[in-house]
Amino acid sequence: MASLKELKGRIASVKSTQKITKAKQMVAAAKLRKAQAAAEAGRPYAQRLEGVVASLAGKVTGDSAPRLLAGTGKDDVHLLVVANGDKGLAGAFNANIVKAAVAKARALIAQGKTVKFYLIGRKGRAVISRTFPGLIVGQYDTTEVRTPGFDEAQAVAQDISDRFFAGEFDVAHLFYAAFRSPLVQIPTEQQIIPVAVPADAPASSGAAVEYEPDEEAILADLLPRNITIQIFKALLENMASEQGASMTAMDNATRNAGDLINRLTIEYNRSRQAAITTELVEIISGAEAL
Amino acid sequence: MALHFELVTPEKLVLSQDVHMVVVPGTEGEFGVLEGHAPFMSTVKDGALKVYDREGAEPRVIMVEGGFAEVSEAGLTVLAEKAG
Repeated sequence: MASLKELKGRIASVKSTQKITKAKQMVAAAKLRKAQAAAEAGRPYAQRLEGVVASLAGKVTGDSAPRLLAGTGKDDVHLLVVANGDKGLAGAFNANIVKAAVAKARALIAQGKTVKFYLIGRKGRAVISRTFPGLIVGQYDTTEVRTPGFDEAQAVAQDISDRFFAGEFDVAHLFYAAFRSPLVQIPTEQQIIPVAVPADAPASSGAAVEYEPDEEAILADLLPRNITIQIFKALLENMASEQGASMTAMDNATRNAGDLINRLTIEYNRSRQAAITTELVEIISGAEAL
Repeated sequence: MALHFELVTPEKLVLSQDVHMVVVPGTEGEFGVLEGHAPFMSTVKDGALKVYDREGAEPRVIMVEGGFAEVSEAGLTVLAEKAG
């Protein structure tokens, strides 16, 4: 059995760990509220843009369709854009996104496709570069950015579309964690290039819509914006998910630390009592011997 | 008679209300949208969006950047990258 002093030391160390996890939990809870509000505020724009793109995409087909919509006509090189956080202490948040991306990469490689990675955020790079050495073609560093905003999304979208037009890849998928609740974050995969048009695109009510300048020009303007928005949405969802996951993980850690402290305290008291009893027995038997 | 007008940016839904008329700085010239406008889509250049709450009222001016306007039966929706 550990000595009293050792036990005391361990209790103190677990207590200080608990303090840290509790503080981190409270910080995450506060940040979560903000991030969740931002994610929800960003949804209307993304939804409306998606609706407009879908209704336009149905009209512009054939050769006149922009490349971002029609694709390169090939399906050989896939770019996996993986959006992660920069910090740990968020439970399985980063691991889940990476796991989803790695599974997709394995499936694509099994089909004989070429896979490349583009990483947003610092986490996940180690795992991916170990699993698929040399396949990371680019990354966007968000360590200096407190809250990823529209400008960051724009920079990433620009970089990715430049690569697309340079012929570096044919299809791009985006990976992020969609926020459902602080307990539930769903690793999500979304195809961003070519723009995935939902099959049940709403046939725009038959009304003759006038376009200015014209369909192609509007679409050409809209598609890059759509990519930016999808990435922006992913960043916002990721932020909320990360804080949610972090809050849950830290809550669990705080509770575990509490349990551990209780157990250690009981053990400490027992040893203390045992020591006292032994001492008493020694004194009494000493006195009796006289 | 009112036109339902929505101004949306990636960050948030800036405005959603019934107004009399909105003048939008389209790429090919400004255009005003009243209630019952024919379905219409246009890109928007950086400039001032004028919102008339009532007929003859002083317009509220909102600067928008990089956007897109859509008129449908439901009203006018302006998607802008930046507004305010």
